[in-house]
Amino acid sequence: MTDVFQQILNGVSLGATYALLALGLAIVFSILHLVNFAHGELITIPAYVMLGLYAAGLPWFVFAPAGVIAGVVAALVMERLAFRPVRHASPTTMLLTSFGLSIFIQSFLQILVSPRPQALPQPEWLRSSFLLGGLRVQSEHLLTIGVTAAALVGLVVLLRRSVIGTAMRAAAEDFDAVRLMGIKANRVVASAFALSGGLAGVAAVLILSRRGTVSPHMGLMPVLSAFVANVIGGIGNLWGAVLGGFLLGFVEVALRAWLPSQVAGFTTGFLFLFVGILLLFKPEGLFGARTAVRV
Amino acid sequence: MLVVEDLTARYGPIEALRSASLRVGAGEIVAVLGPNGAGKTTMLAAIMGLIKPVSGRVLLQGRDITRQDPERVVRLGVSLVPEHRRIFKNLTVRENLRLGAAARRGGPWDADLGGLLELFPILAERMGQLAGFLSGGEAQQLAIARALMGAPRLLLLDEPSLGLAPRLVESLFELIAGMRARGFTILLVEQNAYQALEIADRAYVLSNGRIQVEAPAEVLRDEEELMRAYVGTGGGQAAAGATAERGAGDRRAAP
Repeated sequence: MTDVFQQILNGVSLGATYALLALGLAIVFSILHLVNFAHGELITIPAYVMLGLYAAGLPWFVFAPAGVIAGVVAALVMERLAFRPVRHASPTTMLLTSFGLSIFIQSFLQILVSPRPQALPQPEWLRSSFLLGGLRVQSEHLLTIGVTAAALVGLVVLLRRSVIGTAMRAAAEDFDAVRLMGIKANRVVASAFALSGGLAGVAAVLILSRRGTVSPHMGLMPVLSAFVANVIGGIGNLWGAVLGGFLLGFVEVALRAWLPSQVAGFTTGFLFLFVGILLLFKPEGLFGARTAVRV
Repeated sequence: MLVVEDLTARYGPIEALRSASLRVGAGEIVAVLGPNGAGKTTMLAAIMGLIKPVSGRVLLQGRDITRQDPERVVRLGVSLVPEHRRIFKNLTVRENLRLGAAARRGGPWDADLGGLLELFPILAERMGQLAGFLSGGEAQQLAIARALMGAPRLLLLDEPSLGLAPRLVESLFELIAGMRARGFTILLVEQNAYQALEIADRAYVLSNGRIQVEAPAEVLRDEEELMRAYVGTGGGQAAAGATAERGAGDRRAAP
């Protein structure tokens, strides 16, 4: 029982990280139809910023929020310098731009900082655990759940209540019609990137609380999972991305916990097998719009 | 109010608009008539800056707005009700109107929402509903109301009667005529020539990307031969087939 509860918490934690990342990808995709492969670097950059601030002697309560802000800033710079010049180019051009950007940032960090992982020790209280109604809960899980819930609520409020949020939802439907309202296209796109970067910054804080090291390639695996989460949920569908993220987190944790030890090395393989089977039955994802074209 | 001088615009290799000129005076309803593919939508897209004209000028109250971005043109006081309405179906009626008001300067966004809803009583009952659930006639009203929320000096209407039942078309044109009484200036693009001429002050006939005729609406109403030649009878259905091969110019103005 305790074990099951522990695994559920693990699943929620991992799924929450995937959900935040998948959501950021989906927000940008829904508006620009850009699959941003450099999204992983929006984890890596905040992580290095946090590493720098930690090295400067600042406490977690300072460098963690600074990491989130770094995510926002990095995403805005990405949009302005890399994606805005190719916004009217084909989706393939934008996709390749994001690949190039990703490689550039990883190489930059390898050459100028270090190719090796560097330790970013987490505060004691994050490592601790306590008893809650007879069940052991780690602070790290509590942080993940609390922060993710706050981020999701904040996002809903922003998208529902603010003009720019409403404009972003409208832009996902018909970008030019939004411009015809006199709302600047650049503002809508920049806001989407800022949100996406902020969510990735939050994810970076949560990922660091689990692994405690920073490396140039650390964004790759989480973002690959976030892509898969998007595919599960239906590409471009925000709530589908959240649900896909949690589902993926749960399945991954379940496989890791209960696969027999002989095949435990193939966790990722089983994970993708599960996704493949799911897509056999729901090729458009759980919440994706059914497209008229079938091959 | 609006002066268009020798405007030429292309869609790829196709010259959809050839040296077209027109003017709209303050308080007027001016109709641009012509068959499908004549270049009517292209003209509006070029005025709005959705496509960049090759040559010519667009002046709004004497100010050159040629090749400005659409956001800027809207903020200078021109609103377009696009072909096929293009309301935001996943947003509520209220949210659609809220975005329409984004171009307003100063004051709360819903300052004249109440007055506007008197023109569109059906929308007042549907404020909380998703716009995707509106009927065709209601959706067209929302598209117009959304454009008016920006408090434009000039309203451009692109084929507002498209896809509406005849009875609804009639009430729509009554509504547009009523808007003139409220002081709006309107440039109306229509295939439905006879009904447009009922409410317009002046009209231009556009065909093959060129302005062929400019005349007061009451003159054109009596020029059956001319109208048949350029526009076709009965709201343009006859002309639509004949000019289908020129249809490229009238597609919606997506980049």
